[in-house]
Amino acid sequence: MTLASKRRSLSLRIIIYIFAALWLLIAAFPFVWTFWGSFKVELDFFSVANWTDALTGERTIAEYGQPFTDAGYEGAWIKEEFWRNVINTFIVCFFVVCTSLTIGTLGGYALSRSGYRYTLILLIAALIFRAMPPITLVSGYMLPFFEWNVWGILPTTIIVLVAINQPFTLWMLHSFFQNIPKELDESAKVDGCSQFKAFRLVIIPVMWPGVITTGLFSFLLAYNDFAITSMLLSEDNRTMVPQIAAFLGTTYTEGNVMFAVAAVVSAAAPLFILVMFFQRQIVSGLTAGAVKG
Amino acid sequence: MKHSTFIWFFSPTALAMLLFIAFPIVSVLVQSVHAPHKAVLIEVETCTPLVGCTKETSIDQEATRELREKKPIGRFIGLEIFTDRGHLAISEVKEIWSGSENFNEFFKKIGNLPFYRAMAFTLTFTFIVTPLVVIVGFLVALNVNALHERLKGVVVFFSLLPFVITPLIGALVLFWMIDSRGILGSAIQWIFADPNLSLKASTGLMWISLIVYGVWHAAPFAFVIFYAGLQTLPADQLEAAQIDGATRTQQVRYVVLPHLMPLVSFVALIQLMDNFRVFEPIVGFNADAHAQSLSWFIFNDLGGETRQFSSASATSVLTIIGVTILLLPVLRRTWRDFMEKST
Repeated sequence: MTLASKRRSLSLRIIIYIFAALWLLIAAFPFVWTFWGSFKVELDFFSVANWTDALTGERTIAEYGQPFTDAGYEGAWIKEEFWRNVINTFIVCFFVVCTSLTIGTLGGYALSRSGYRYTLILLIAALIFRAMPPITLVSGYMLPFFEWNVWGILPTTIIVLVAINQPFTLWMLHSFFQNIPKELDESAKVDGCSQFKAFRLVIIPVMWPGVITTGLFSFLLAYNDFAITSMLLSEDNRTMVPQIAAFLGTTYTEGNVMFAVAAVVSAAAPLFILVMFFQRQIVSGLTAGAVKG
Repeated sequence: MKHSTFIWFFSPTALAMLLFIAFPIVSVLVQSVHAPHKAVLIEVETCTPLVGCTKETSIDQEATRELREKKPIGRFIGLEIFTDRGHLAISEVKEIWSGSENFNEFFKKIGNLPFYRAMAFTLTFTFIVTPLVVIVGFLVALNVNALHERLKGVVVFFSLLPFVITPLIGALVLFWMIDSRGILGSAIQWIFADPNLSLKASTGLMWISLIVYGVWHAAPFAFVIFYAGLQTLPADQLEAAQIDGATRTQQVRYVVLPHLMPLVSFVALIQLMDNFRVFEPIVGFNADAHAQSLSWFIFNDLGGETRQFSSASATSVLTIIGVTILLLPVLRRTWRDFMEKST
């Protein structure tokens, strides 16, 4: 590639940098803007008079004496008790990731080590399940869940999210385990280990990179889900995303839009931290799927 | 691996998928051909001397409740829900077909039926966003690949944000900006010199906004995949092309693009599946007056006070059929590939 870069003309280099800057602006600016605006009052963030108010905070100064205010956060976290939803979200995500990885690892390992034709049928079934929009399944859940009286509670939602997560987890871990040489556990079995013991002693120590990557995507699925959580959780047990949707219904009428803005920024923050620390794993996970696909 | 060991390893995940994916699909199928019980009516004859006898029909609360408890699924009604006005609207379509003089009029009238309107938006969204995502992702990947090494990491970090963000949150962030009082909304008003211009007011502009959201959200995914593909591009091929005097466009056209083709079909497949289920942006943009998707339909039927399970199930079945049709070519290819590998 050095040859190509040396021959690039100045004008082309300028175009490249302008385009990159433009792309950065498109990708990142909405977040920066909303983060900045979340510390203003509504009349600044949604400014009729002059858009620069959102930068300088004219009205915020008039109301609070300083250009920044945490009124939105206070309203969301304390008055609307958003912290409850935050805790619910982390309970759901923790259990979804743990359960999903445990059973997904076993299943993915089995798929990668069995050469029979039914593994393909199972993988194709998983692909079809992956393609199902989760909301189409929800109408199938609700009536039975009402009947059994398990609707609205966190464990039900966790189990449903684990199941919906499985097809993706299986595909991902299956292709990951295929890259671990079969000879490793075969030789352990020759030495007298059972299949499970071979898995425990030989595979588990080397599987963590793949498992962590898959876990990140399980976390994202559970954290970002709206269709399942909004339909299967009662009002008291809501996680963050359905709660934000509920804010929208009430706050637009009450004039508390800034509560919703603050809640949105609060819910986005963990994802930023996640990308910051696990950027490499996310990229490798995405591309691992592509190479196989 | 022996069959029995395989079953031990695979049964937990199989059980989860069976109970919470396969079984619900059956449940959805069953519910879509059932409707809630009608109230049980009884006729009571009350006779008063001199006046005579009058017959009164009233709801037998006791019997109705008993029937509902005994058979919560409801009464079997066959394909009635599928053909009603809210779904395939067979009789309405026939009427429109015979009443319209040309195709234009036919499609216009069909567009007023709720299911076909939702279908039209879902398909438009899917088939506009998917190619745009591929194109934007490819251009950004080519561009970032040409940047200085140190900058690449930063760009990848910021590019990932729109993709990992919760769809509802991403939609809200954009929606607040394009609000007529938000920064982009004001900018658009200024550009077109029309202080009353609002993206929320017109169907066409709302569709465009939703499509812009769709591309913004998914282009980073395509970018990351293509960018990784570019790293594996064999340098000698490119050099050979350069020595042969290929221009930059020719290099992209004949060397880079063929190398990335498998990745393009992968991205397109994932995007087809994901865009077909478009749903959160409609909630976030509060756009249901202008654009409804199949998923939003189901959501709307299930939410609220009156949970219309039958209607939601029928739409779900139709959606599943739609997804399967979209997937068929891919499934056939996967099957063929595996067969070739195993023989």
